[in-house]
Amino acid sequence: MISKKAASRRWEKLPGKNTFCCDGRVMMARQKGVFYLTLFLIVGTCALFFAFECPYLALHLSPAIPVFAILLFLFVMAMLLRTSFSDPGVLPRALPEEATFIEMEIEAANANVPAGQRPPPRIRNVQINSQIVKLKYCYTCKIFRPPRASHCSICDNCVDRFDHHCPWVGNCVGKRNYRYFYLFTLSLSLLTIYIFAFDIVHVVLRSVDSGFVNTLKETPGTYPLLVCFFTLWSVVGLTGFHTYLISLNQTTNEDIKGSWSGKNRVQNPYSHKNIIKNCCEVLCGPAYPSVLDRRGLMVEELPTSASLDGTTEVPLSKAPSPHTAPRKTTAPLIPNEHTPEDVKPGIAASLEKSHTSEEERMPTPLNTPCKSPTQDRGPSSPKEKVQKL
Amino acid sequence: MRSAPRTAARRTTLPFYHQSFHNLQELRHNASLSNKVFVQRDYTEGTVCKFQTKFPSELDSRIERTLFEDTVKTLNNYYAEAEKIGGQSYLEGCLACATAYLIFLCMETRYEKVLKKISHYIQEQNEKIYAPRGLLITDPIERGMRVIEISIYEDRGSSGSSSGSSSTTCSSGR
Repeated sequence: MISKKAASRRWEKLPGKNTFCCDGRVMMARQKGVFYLTLFLIVGTCALFFAFECPYLALHLSPAIPVFAILLFLFVMAMLLRTSFSDPGVLPRALPEEATFIEMEIEAANANVPAGQRPPPRIRNVQINSQIVKLKYCYTCKIFRPPRASHCSICDNCVDRFDHHCPWVGNCVGKRNYRYFYLFTLSLSLLTIYIFAFDIVHVVLRSVDSGFVNTLKETPGTYPLLVCFFTLWSVVGLTGFHTYLISLNQTTNEDIKGSWSGKNRVQNPYSHKNIIKNCCEVLCGPAYPSVLDRRGLMVEELPTSASLDGTTEVPLSKAPSPHTAPRKTTAPLIPNEHTPEDVKPGIAASLEKSHTSEEERMPTPLNTPCKSPTQDRGPSSPKEKVQKL
Repeated sequence: MRSAPRTAARRTTLPFYHQSFHNLQELRHNASLSNKVFVQRDYTEGTVCKFQTKFPSELDSRIERTLFEDTVKTLNNYYAEAEKIGGQSYLEGCLACATAYLIFLCMETRYEKVLKKISHYIQEQNEKIYAPRGLLITDPIERGMRVIEISIYEDRGSSGSSSGSSSTTCSSGR
């Protein structure tokens, strides 16, 4: 029997509302308009500054001024792109077996509820550093969220140590990219202050030579002055706010919800009660790896014969072992309005063992940029798909 | 692809060796998946990656408690080593910040090095301890570091497994 094989990367099948570029290397939210605005503002303002003011300043004051500005600008861009393009710490959704296992545990725990009565909310209590923390169940991802994780409705993902979704960077800010976000706001504050200050110096020096009004007419480099003036307050304010959060080891999400505001003697169990230690943990902690496998390969066998009752997806790994095992479960997944239509209890899940570190990268050409993965997991595809999420 | 039927001489007499799988290959070819157990995370020390050492009841007849606990404790130690905040992580962080994190394009982070060690350890444990008992551990990184998934296999020839789920196998046509 001839069967075609279609190889695809895992990012194409990931659920959630993310956009992927460069064959899965870049991960962003869907709405990118404000991110482009950020880029335009930063690059445009700096371009005007470098083109029209730096020559004058380099001549009359010091060539170190534009050099430092360039370095600062490059650092800001690097931090911005790193924040925007990296995985914020997305937690992959539970595979069907894990979801069923959790459901069975919940059922067992709710066995005492009389029939007809609404079951209690799905919450797990955990004691962390002598503080009771409630872990909520996420109906979309079918997991109990780890502490400090939250579900982002814009990206439709649970993100670990969720801070907030930032439209200016076009991505969520979470465990993996929080330090880059903070360094971005910090360096952008410095850059804004720097450009603002030297813009004023430039205007003053030129006014001494040729008068104030003439200066404003001659150089379009005064436009950065306006942009900087208005953005200065918000960026510096944001940096100050996040410095405060870091010193307390809190996230924006927790601050907004007032999780550790001190009511009912609730204290932040994650804080080391020492500002230096908190800062070190957030900024100098280890670089966490991404647990979302975006670039792993999935090979689908497309059946050409109608007699094939079920095909499996084989990962391109050294020890492949696909096999199907329909399981009889005593507790079907409790349907609710949040459950996406794809996960149905009766469908057998095909299992696969993949060693992502051993998978070889296929040299594929760059796809058209920023494709959204299609959510084609409706009943139209009878094949059993491996959901490596 | 079917292998030759097992002979009685290859069965061992130890209680946990009722399935005489000798290696991972034989496990995959002769056995069918019957159940999965998920070892959850232990959050009592905060958000550090640590798994519960509580012994799941489904593995009661399959593996000795101490072996399982040793595996989980070793994994916890590896993760603690990866996430340790000390001199080396400061140095790595400061150096990376000074280079605008471009150094991560050519250098492997400490966490990634430890993850490789973990992957080797799990493979070694599977080959030596778990596969002969009809079990298989999945690396937690493949499940989002949320659970350690342990797959329980039953011999294809046996009818009715103690775990209660029936399983049919589908030949993959190879």
